[in-house]
Amino acid sequence: MSITSLEEVLKILREDFDDILQQWLETQREEGIRRPDLFSDSESYRQAKNLLTAFASGMTSASQEGRPNLDDPSWADLRAVLEEITHERVERGVSAGEMATFVLALKTPLFMRLRNNLKDSPDALVSEISRLSRMIDAFAMRTNEVFIEEREQIIQRQRDEMMELSTPVVQLWERILTIPLIGTLDSVRAQEVMENLLNSIVEHRAEVVIVDITGVRVVDTQVAQHLLRTAAAVRLMGAESIISGISPKIAQTMVELGVDVGEITTRPTIRAALALAMNRVGFEIRANKESARD
Amino acid sequence: MTDAASIYHVENVLLVAIRDNITDTDIITLQEELSHRIVSDGARGVVIDISALEIVDTFVGRILAQLSSIARLLAAETYIVGMRPAVAMTLVELGMDLSGSRTALSLSHALRSLRASRLA
Amino acid sequence: MIGADACPVLTVPLRDERDIAAARSAVSRELDKRGARALRKVRFVTAVSEIVRNAVDHGGGGEMSVFVKERPLEIWVRCTDTGPGIADIDEALQDGFSTARSMGKGLGGAKRLVDSFEITSRVGGGTTVEISAAL
Repeated sequence: MSITSLEEVLKILREDFDDILQQWLETQREEGIRRPDLFSDSESYRQAKNLLTAFASGMTSASQEGRPNLDDPSWADLRAVLEEITHERVERGVSAGEMATFVLALKTPLFMRLRNNLKDSPDALVSEISRLSRMIDAFAMRTNEVFIEEREQIIQRQRDEMMELSTPVVQLWERILTIPLIGTLDSVRAQEVMENLLNSIVEHRAEVVIVDITGVRVVDTQVAQHLLRTAAAVRLMGAESIISGISPKIAQTMVELGVDVGEITTRPTIRAALALAMNRVGFEIRANKESARD
Repeated sequence: MTDAASIYHVENVLLVAIRDNITDTDIITLQEELSHRIVSDGARGVVIDISALEIVDTFVGRILAQLSSIARLLAAETYIVGMRPAVAMTLVELGMDLSGSRTALSLSHALRSLRASRLA
Repeated sequence: MIGADACPVLTVPLRDERDIAAARSAVSRELDKRGARALRKVRFVTAVSEIVRNAVDHGGGGEMSVFVKERPLEIWVRCTDTGPGIADIDEALQDGFSTARSMGKGLGGAKRLVDSFEITSRVGGGTTVEISAAL
């Protein structure tokens, strides 16, 4: 028998598929990673069955030469199933360690079966076990990578959602937008703010945007730079920006820091900025005669 | 006429839409052609639509800035219109704010401004 | 750095300014294929434009190769030329370093637009620039 093939493993998977599946699930239970709190028996069964099926069909068609390479087209099915299952498990809060153990647990039933079937040919036994072991290790490592990617995507998504919440662009009037900045403005956030604002300019065909910094705690050189860049980008798009909410204290700081706002229009309050913005787009704010107070 | 763009003359204004992924030679040719047309057509305004441009690097940015300066010397006002948000952010990062050029959201905004200043 | 055994997903020869445009669209297509967001794509392609223009205008031409690294997904571009090399790299990366056509913001600007930027040059031995960005 050839030393490099996984013939015996393939045979086992072909002939004893259901047994192997049951014992794999059993091993998962013994390892304490069955998680009946997160998955019903039928869900666990379905996940394990789909994976084992994809694993068996990949093994049949994949090249057994050299290092196991899961990027090979013959493993496309396995990759798809693995991604789907990892996705399901991450969503429900399975840990990275549990996810790897889930895959590695497949070794136990397969090794046991190999030991029985090949007890008379130790060379073949060693060869099959070492190859199979490398296969399943590669498989577990890939699971881990997919797991980490899934987690990163979740983190990114939550970050995006928070960003959107923290930088809402509001339409105040036809062609007038405002973005009230709150808290601290680091480089990452400044970029998100800018992108968000510029996209809204296109969407609303806005001509004036009011960047309100009333809620910004500290204006240092870096924050000032971000504001100037935002204003420059807004101008490049063909709109005008007004920075409002500059308190006397911030004005003093800015002068002390030597920040030159150049030709950018600034106003102390958002109210003053709005009046100017309305004027720019051709409206004026006027009290009507009856309700006008003196 | 260049490959890079078509130039239309409407009521004292030259309208130019630059196509995407323009080569350096094409944009230099455009700059020359436009300079001549400003004089021969007696244009008072130039509107350059760059909404098709996926990227504007320092070279194209510099040509756009120069175009505005050349036009101004020839008594025409230039508007750059339709810049995409990502392009605007990238140009600012490159330190090119085209401060010598006028900008507008769109062709119609630019024409309105030109009319307001009685150039169109 | 890109490993010596890495295999480029595509290579564009850089002979004249037409190839600058070709290099830009090749990278742009590659980024589209991988679903890059608008801003990331524009920043990266702009940086590519700067470095390949530098290779064509000052390096007498050369070659651009694009590499893709999985997990985490990153795009890498290596641009080599066979030109005279850059004597003072720090100076070349400063804004305002005057080159023939790029207003002196080219290389320094490109550096600000990418996640990693590496330049090696030897006087008389050509210049290699490698840039990368996460997707």
